[in-house]
Amino acid sequence: MSINHLRLRSALGQAGTIAVTLLGLLMLTFIIGRMMPADPVRAIVGEEASPEIYQQVYLQLGLDRPVWEQFLRYLGDVLTGDFGTSIRTGKPVIEDILHVMPATMELATFAILIGAGLGIPLGVTAAVNKDRWPDHLVRVFSLFGHSMPIFWTGMIALIVFYAGLGWVGGSGRMSQFYIGMVPDRTGFLLIDSLISGQFDVFASAINHLILPASLLGYSSSAYITRMTRSFMLDQLGQEYMTTARVKGLSRGQTIWRHAFGNIRVQLVTIVALAYGSLLEGAVLIETVFAWPGFGQYLTSNLIIGDMNAVMTCVLIVGVIFIALNLLSDLLYRLFDPRTK
Amino acid sequence: MTAAPVPRLPGPLLAARNILTFLLRVPTSAFGLVVLTILIVTAGFAPWIATHDPYVQDLNNVLQAPGNGHLFGTDELGRDIFSRLVWGARITLTIIFLVSIVVGPIGLIVGTTSGYLGGRFDTVMMRITDIFLSFPSLILSLAFVAALGPSLNNAIIAIGLTAWPPIARLARAETMTFRKADYIAAARLQGASPLRIIVKSIMPMCLPSVLIRLTLNMATVILTAAGLGFLGLGAQPPLPEWGAMIATGRRYMIDSWWLVTFPGLAILCVSLAFNLLGDGLRDALDPKQMNRR
Repeated sequence: MSINHLRLRSALGQAGTIAVTLLGLLMLTFIIGRMMPADPVRAIVGEEASPEIYQQVYLQLGLDRPVWEQFLRYLGDVLTGDFGTSIRTGKPVIEDILHVMPATMELATFAILIGAGLGIPLGVTAAVNKDRWPDHLVRVFSLFGHSMPIFWTGMIALIVFYAGLGWVGGSGRMSQFYIGMVPDRTGFLLIDSLISGQFDVFASAINHLILPASLLGYSSSAYITRMTRSFMLDQLGQEYMTTARVKGLSRGQTIWRHAFGNIRVQLVTIVALAYGSLLEGAVLIETVFAWPGFGQYLTSNLIIGDMNAVMTCVLIVGVIFIALNLLSDLLYRLFDPRTK
Repeated sequence: MTAAPVPRLPGPLLAARNILTFLLRVPTSAFGLVVLTILIVTAGFAPWIATHDPYVQDLNNVLQAPGNGHLFGTDELGRDIFSRLVWGARITLTIIFLVSIVVGPIGLIVGTTSGYLGGRFDTVMMRITDIFLSFPSLILSLAFVAALGPSLNNAIIAIGLTAWPPIARLARAETMTFRKADYIAAARLQGASPLRIIVKSIMPMCLPSVLIRLTLNMATVILTAAGLGFLGLGAQPPLPEWGAMIATGRRYMIDSWWLVTFPGLAILCVSLAFNLLGDGLRDALDPKQMNRR
């Protein structure tokens, strides 16, 4: 009874924290939106509009009202799913974003698979060989991934693997030749091309995906490697490891069954967080690879100064981050028996 | 191998020397120190090191491959890339310096006051840092620069605005451990005001770890600044900022690889250097690690 009560209270507390953070997020995007030097009315009516029309739109946007009232209006709009209209496409911003999101998710999902597939074994290897050459090697390798400007590595990779060796496809999600051949069902090109049975398009998509996904994955593996190593070191230092060895288990068994088994939950939360930070790399890598996703949408709108679109993108990134934090928290509770 | 027992250090200078010796003994952090020294020297003596004027165009000599009097070749306007990189070191150093003097004090003030005062104030301040932490630094900087208008100064302001929360978190955690210490209680009993206690007794204690954290953050700061430059939101042409150089070189990259390769290598080296140095500093100041080596 009292434990349930406590759990309810902590859940309510957490919900409250999230609500406050979300509100703050909205306040931040609102303030940033207000700071911009560009005139929002001019952006809508154009340079040649008469003062009457200007005044009309000015009032329509509620710019004559006090700031707090404008904020409440913004809050109400966002809560009812109205994020404004894109100046460039004339469509609701949220519709545009939903349209480009699958491309980014496809990229990020492949990247995180590569990042985790690379980072976790490397982290375990480093921990097991602490302070010996494999540890140093892994450390330098992962710091390298953490230090490279990803937009630059993307270009170098394009020069080498696309222009030089011709191993992979160039920019975009597929060859120019195939564009428009696959009906858009889910937005995920790999899935859509399989559903419609166009395996050559599928192959082309993989061919274009592999390079940017590998680069993003490598950059995110740095964080995963480092955390895996430190979690493993914690476990390897425990007494139960010695007990397991004394019991007669092999070294491999103690490492993978006992120590690794215990850090799986922590790893899930780390990978979830790494998935979120991929969005940052995606903004840059999508620009380099002309990948028609979220990142490119954000940067192309930044350049033309479409603030509705930009602020919505920023807001969405914030929400995704909060959601992933929450998710990793929940996963931790779900899988770790001690937190029950 | 066990080091000789460390004697009590008489002064900060000796401590600095010990840390330096430790850093130089490990190849990775030694590399970091060497690269940063080169960066500082290059920036300081740029007029003497550069072989050409970084802004002078030579349209008879565009897109020259490395060699022929141009160490790293020339760009699309015939400017010497090596000289532009050398002058770009000044911009990089300026970014690092300005961001540090913005971020360090903000983080320190927010962290120590909220850690010392606690209560409502602490809750509010930590919620605010949470909001800033819920964005990847590049995305939030993008948003700020978009609002302020693209320029080098605005990029620095934007990075400063987004880079303080981790510092504040750290300073707060440190403060929480000192808050209950006897010497703080003594100061309070003597009638010292909270402001005086924070400034005189707590801030100096937090300073070393804040400095280390700043060093580690510099790698991110450099990458973010370069990313903003690359997206055309940071330093504007013709400034020889490395990220912006890559952005303009991108159009020619397939035929003239040197336009993007060398500025990228420069960014990679400096950011790697900060990461390695930060890593080394962490080891150097961790007593457990010190004894093991």
